[in-house]
This record gives sequence, C-alpha cells and structure tokens, in this order.
Amino acid sequence: MRLLDLLFPERRNSAVIAKDRLKIVLAHERASRDAPEFLPALQKDLLDVVSRYVEIRDDTLRINVGKSADTSLLEINVEIDRSKVKPVNNNGAAARPRPLPPVRLEPESQAPWVKPG
Amino acid sequence: MGGGGRRESLYGVCWGKGGGLLAKVIVLTSGKGGVGKTTSAAAIAAGLALRGKRTVVIDFDVGLRNLDLIMGCERRVVFDFINVINGDAKLNQALIKDKRNDNLYVFPTSQTRDKEALKRDGVERVLDELKENFDYIVCDSPAGIEHGAITALYFADSAIIVTNPEVSSVRDSDRIIGILASKSRRAEHNLEPVQVHLLLTRYSLERVKKGEMLSVEDVKEILSIPLLGVIPESETVLKASNTGTPVVFDQESPAGRAYLDSVARFVGEQREMRFLQPERRSIFRGLFGRA
Ligand SMILES: Nc1ncnc2c1ncn2[C@@H]1O[C@H](COP(=O)(O)OP(=O)(O)O)[C@@H](O)[C@H]1O
Ligand SMILES: [Mg+2]
Repeated sequence: MRLLDLLFPERRNSAVIAKDRLKIVLAHERASRDAPEFLPALQKDLLDVVSRYVEIRDDTLRINVGKSADTSLLEINVEIDRSKVKPVNNNGAAARPRPLPPVRLEPESQAPWVKPG
Repeated sequence: MGGGGRRESLYGVCWGKGGGLLAKVIVLTSGKGGVGKTTSAAAIAAGLALRGKRTVVIDFDVGLRNLDLIMGCERRVVFDFINVINGDAKLNQALIKDKRNDNLYVFPTSQTRDKEALKRDGVERVLDELKENFDYIVCDSPAGIEHGAITALYFADSAIIVTNPEVSSVRDSDRIIGILASKSRRAEHNLEPVQVHLLLTRYSLERVKKGEMLSVEDVKEILSIPLLGVIPESETVLKASNTGTPVVFDQESPAGRAYLDSVARFVGEQREMRFLQPERRSIFRGLFGRA
C-alpha cells in the first residue's frame, strides 16, 4: 500500500471501487436472472387480493427471492397503513385498477426465519 | 485418427459412434468484444497441437472472418463453414492444414452478412463429423449474446471465458457464464454442465500494483470459476498478429508462454501461475542490465 493511501484511507484506489461496484451489480443481475418467470404475474395477483382489504401504496408490496443451501425462499412484504384498512365485508369488490409497480429483487436479504444452510 | 487409444482427459472419456473417442468441444467466449478471444483461440489451438493433439480451430464469427488472418492462412481460404453446412463443399475441402504443425487445422468462416446462416442442426452435423477425426475442436465465438454467440457455445463441453481485468468485461463474462448454465446443449438436456474456465487476458501487474486494475484474485472472487491462466499484456501479441503467427510459436513472448501454461493446465498438468510476481532480477542485472 502506498503512503498516500495510509494517510488518506478514504481515497480508495480505483480497482477497489471497481470491485465493489461489480459485486453489487452482479448480485442483482444474478438474482433477476434466476428469478422464476411467474414473478410479475404473482405480484399482480397479490396486489389485487391484498388491495381488496387494505389500501396499499404501489411500492409497499415487495417480493424477494432468496436462496440458501437447498431451499428457495419467496418472501413477500406488504406495508400497511393502519388508517387505510377497508371494511371487512368488502367482499372482493374490485378496487380501481392500479398500475403495476416494478418487481424488486433483493438478493442479499433473507427472511429472519430461514436458518443459514 | 479413427479409433485411437484411451485419451487422457480432465472430464472423463467420451466414446464416438464408431467406437472411437470423440473430440472435446471447447468454446472461447466472453460477451464483450475485443478482449482477446480470437488471439486466445489461435494460441490455445496451436498449443494443443504442439502437444500432439489433433486440433481444429473454427471461426464462428460469421461476417467478420478474422481467425484466418491471425492463423496466417487467409490466402488459402477456398471454402468455408457455411459452404460445408449448405453441402456446397466437403469438410476436407474446407479445412486448412497449418504449415507449421501437422496436428493443426483451421476452419474459416464465411463473410456473408446473413448472421443466421449458421443453423444449429447444420453446425451439429459438421461438429459430429469433426469429432470423429480430432481430439479437440476449438470454437472462436463472436462477441455479444445473440444468435452467433449462442450457436458457438451451444455444443461446448468446456468453455474458456476470456476476460479482461475491467468492469464491463467482468460483467459480460458473468452474463455468459449464466447463459452457458441455462442455454447450452448440456443445460437443455440435463447433462453434466459445461466446464467453465477463467482466462484473464491483457493483465498488467504494474497497474494492479498501483491499484489501477482489478487483480486476478478480485476477478476470481467475483466470477467464482476456476482459473485456467493469466495472460500478460504484451507487445508480442501485436507482432504475432501482424505476421499471422499464433503467439505460442514465439518462444520469446511472455504471452505465448502463459498460453502454453494454460494449455498444459487444461489437459490436467500442474503449472505454477507465472507473471503474477515481478520477474526476479539479480542486483547486477537490475543495475547494469536492460530495464
Ligand atoms: N495479451 C495481449 N496483449 C496485448 N494485446 C492483446 C493481448 N490479447 C489481445 N490483444 C489485442 O487485443 C485486440 C483484440 O483481440 P482479439 O483476439 O481480436 O479479441 P476478440 O476476438 O475478443 O474480439 C487485438 O488487437 C489484439 O492484438
Ligand atoms: Mg474475435
């Protein structure tokens, strides 16, 4: 390591930056490459069902696909604003159609109930 | 060659239809262009031939024929890959025997602009015929992830992923590794997966030392595939292409020696990685010798 790097550790060399950027972009690209094809359709259906009962914002439904040793994990997160809960006897009345938010894949995250394999 | 004896092989033995051993198909691929696929295909094919293996190197880069120039046989091309696929020429009319080594043959591609000219079943028929007569079939892939590149990698038993220590090349290599794992013949037929190897080319130890270039460890860690070799950036590569000589024929070339080491590892020999340490010089050479 050069003296300059010792004196100013925040001045990272460009190869280190390249490596970090590659690791992040490839983690995402690998996850979406391996993602099952039904994911967008599943997301749409889930959004339809959930929004019969609660008002949810487009970006508060998240689907993660994770992998540990021999199990694949589908993790669905829905953020609910308590004040937006609809009457229970809504009975499947179609809410106004909403545009489909993009599928978000977060390969690094794992659900807490999954033991690392 | 025909029947032949039991061939040493890293990945087991394949038997041909006639009871003979089948050639192993190797693709050199990268996604990104200009990283050294053609240079490497020529060097590795020549290196295998130097080891006594019957080797043919095929140009899959339809429309941009260049392997013939790198191999120095451009004036001997009469028929090409597409002619053979279409039945307009026999295989032995199109194959060009290398003047430097009896085990080495070049199979040039055509300069047609019809990129779809390489039909998969036609390619398969030609490869099957070649397999009966060679130990190794080395395929030089075009860049990209379109029809041509997919056709070149589809029938591969092994893939050499030619990568430069540079972000876009590493990313494209990762992409190609994914395609090999899902779209190759071996993947589609649930066979043993294509063996992938990393060949890191145009490596500059000085720039790695200065922190300006990804190191071999960095690239290995990111792609996590076995390392076949590291080829240093070298002026001798341009000299070799100027004269149409695969760089392994140049005894003085560091790149040539690195390719020969890689070939040795490919056939299962242990070789230390060279050019990853600065060359040791004695104090006297360091002081008085050429820099
Ligand atoms: N180890 C090396 N050192 C210096 N130049 C190289 C090296 N490897 C390849 N090159 C040069 O890089 C360019 C692209 O090489 P090429 O083999 O044609 O790449 P590709 O087939 O992937 O497009 C050529 O000009 C070649 O001479
Ligand atoms: Mg090329």
